[in-house]
Amino acid sequence: MKNRTKWPSVYLAVLMALMYLPILLVIIYSFNESKITSVWGGFSLRWYTELFRDRTMFEALLNSLFVGVVSCFLAALIGTFGAVGMSKVSFRSKGVIEYASQLPMMIPEIVLGMVFLTYFSLLRLPFGMITLIIAHTAFCIPYVYMEVKARLVGLDPSYVEAAKDLGASEIRAFFDIIFPLMLPAVASGVLLAFAMSFDDVIISVFVTGVDVNTLPIKVYSQVKTGVTPKINALCTLMFAITVIVIVIFNIIRRKNDVKTLENKDL
Amino acid sequence: MKKKKAAGNGAFKWFVMPIYLFTLFFVIGPLIYMVILSFLEREETWGVTNTFTFGNYLSIFDPIYLKTFAESLRLALISTVLVAFFGYVFGYFMAKLKPRMRKMMMMLLMIPFWTNSLIRLYGWIIIFRANGTLDSVLMAIGLIKEPLKLLYTYPAVVVGMIYALIPFMILSVYSSVEKMDWHLVEAARDLGATPAKAFWTVTFRLTLPGLLTGIILTFVPSMGLFFIADILGGNKVVLVGNLIQEQLMKVHNWPFAAALSVVLMLIMTVMIWAYRKIAKADELEARL
Repeated sequence: MKNRTKWPSVYLAVLMALMYLPILLVIIYSFNESKITSVWGGFSLRWYTELFRDRTMFEALLNSLFVGVVSCFLAALIGTFGAVGMSKVSFRSKGVIEYASQLPMMIPEIVLGMVFLTYFSLLRLPFGMITLIIAHTAFCIPYVYMEVKARLVGLDPSYVEAAKDLGASEIRAFFDIIFPLMLPAVASGVLLAFAMSFDDVIISVFVTGVDVNTLPIKVYSQVKTGVTPKINALCTLMFAITVIVIVIFNIIRRKNDVKTLENKDL
Repeated sequence: MKKKKAAGNGAFKWFVMPIYLFTLFFVIGPLIYMVILSFLEREETWGVTNTFTFGNYLSIFDPIYLKTFAESLRLALISTVLVAFFGYVFGYFMAKLKPRMRKMMMMLLMIPFWTNSLIRLYGWIIIFRANGTLDSVLMAIGLIKEPLKLLYTYPAVVVGMIYALIPFMILSVYSSVEKMDWHLVEAARDLGATPAKAFWTVTFRLTLPGLLTGIILTFVPSMGLFFIADILGGNKVVLVGNLIQEQLMKVHNWPFAAALSVVLMLIMTVMIWAYRKIAKADELEARL
């Protein structure tokens, strides 16, 4: 199938450019000296320095990182052990629990936010860090679970059988054989989950307390009131963090794929 | 593996304990509470009473709220149709690129896909604002004399929706076009079909599952997205999502918010169920 015309490439290029245009504009204007966004006043790092001087922004960043790291850690534990365990146990309730545990990824965010808000207040949990971490863990688990499950399916059962033939118990075989092989899947699941947690606005808005802000909540409340150059700088930084996470994710994935291929060859 | 099954679940039951407990307490529990809440009566100012009522569901039939549902469906429909068109063409052309270019496109698509949608939408504010990028460019070429002032209008919301949702469509169409056996198209061409005919009878039919998946992935979330309408539409475009948020945070009528959520989820479940039916029917047909 040869393309005789250039139109497909033009179409792809134009749409791709449109996809990046808003992001590019945000980045460009974050270096704009002028306070009025539509006027170019020359290159400057003014808004970045102002951003770093802003205590509340820094606090929000720390909160975001804290929530992300803690919920990803919890999700990694629950999701990894869950996925491995589910493949071994034969409870009748298994299917229901597995399906339900994946729901937070499928339910619209607004509904999930509403559900958590009302439920947490029923339980009288103090709104703030704890509620944020529970909610984020809930929607982080599916990412880890899915990645680990997919890797488990691709796992050659003869490894575990060999270990067992050599006298290892089921648990021993898990920690010596399965677990090390699962690590790349856990890592990529955790990275996806972290990217999600670091970006989440809607659910966080609902479950946070009065005095705990995450970075996206901060951006959301400021974007609604209008465009300020400081937000441009903040968005640029968040964008940079996302790009870094994706690059790491891809490197892990690639190594993962290579390993899977090698396994198949064996 | 088979011998061990008789030995029971052994130590692995401890592995699934955390996910069982977490899912019971923080997924199933909250969802059940949402359904219960939707049947409770609201207290005068704050909180709920323990009286059972259908009132919350009945008040959804209030013309104002019905209009909101209709408006949401309309916006979701418009966005989905546009996303389906632009996304399908994109996914199709992308799958026909050389492997190296394809990989690069994948990478380029991943970045907006995982970037905070707030950041991406925020960029559109800069473009759409009165005297923003779009107005300046169009006035500079002389296409318009007055600024269009597109921000806080319906078209701005539609663009925002397309922008947020198109990656899902592209990726699902792309994966189905990539898997396709091009020999079938060649065979059709050899048998005398025009390129257009070969496309409609072979390519389009074979990539329909990808398109359908994309439509579900677009339509379902577009019903619930409220912050796009919020940011790019001002207060002019009110969707079910906005309504739920308002009832929850401003009016504090939680039972009504719960009822709205239940209805929203029911609509989505029906959509997904219908999709599964169609997808299955399609599979059967493909096999025959």
